[in-house]
Amino acid sequence: MAEKKIVDGRGSFCPGPLMELIVALKSAQVGDELEVLSTDKGSASDIPEWINKVGHEYIATTEEGGVWHITMRKKK
Amino acid sequence: MSASKICVVVVSGSLERLQMAAMVASVGAVSGQEVMVFLSMNALPYFVKGNTSHAPHEGDMGKLMATKKVPEFKTLFEQSVELGDARIYPCSMAMDVLGVEQESLEGYLQNATGLTKFLHDAQDGQVWTF
Repeated sequence: MAEKKIVDGRGSFCPGPLMELIVALKSAQVGDELEVLSTDKGSASDIPEWINKVGHEYIATTEEGGVWHITMRKKK
Repeated sequence: MSASKICVVVVSGSLERLQMAAMVASVGAVSGQEVMVFLSMNALPYFVKGNTSHAPHEGDMGKLMATKKVPEFKTLFEQSVELGDARIYPCSMAMDVLGVEQESLEGYLQNATGLTKFLHDAQDGQVWTF
């Protein structure tokens, strides 16, 4: 059954949140949803770019109180 | 060979340049691009095992980075190998000058290579120099 994982990249600067997402993806199953928390504005635009480039499913980005929540689904 | 191959030549020992080189290598590698890194001159000593010295900053940005939670350049280079299959080559000339053997270098580095071979391998890729 697909799970939802939270990747807490808050406080880290580019490309820290992206690298933390990739580490988490290694242990995730296809179909799992991952949500990255980031306080780095650049990562909020870079991570969706990376998700689309490598062929995962980008779901959404929301911002709340200076924290970006980027959600995706592992596709492969 | 892939036209999107990224070849990163790192010769500086400054924090800003090492950081930018590590960012290019790591993000390129995890984005599916072939990445080759050549470490020479003042960059190589940081990859000798046990060297914990901090790279000096060139300007205000480097000084500021040192106070923030910026991923360390050595961590990013290691992740470029572990997460993205980048290949990092120590320069054989710099090793000779430093007097270090392969076993003294970080384990995620490839065997030493010379500039002639690196340039040959890099001829069909983008070359980024830091």
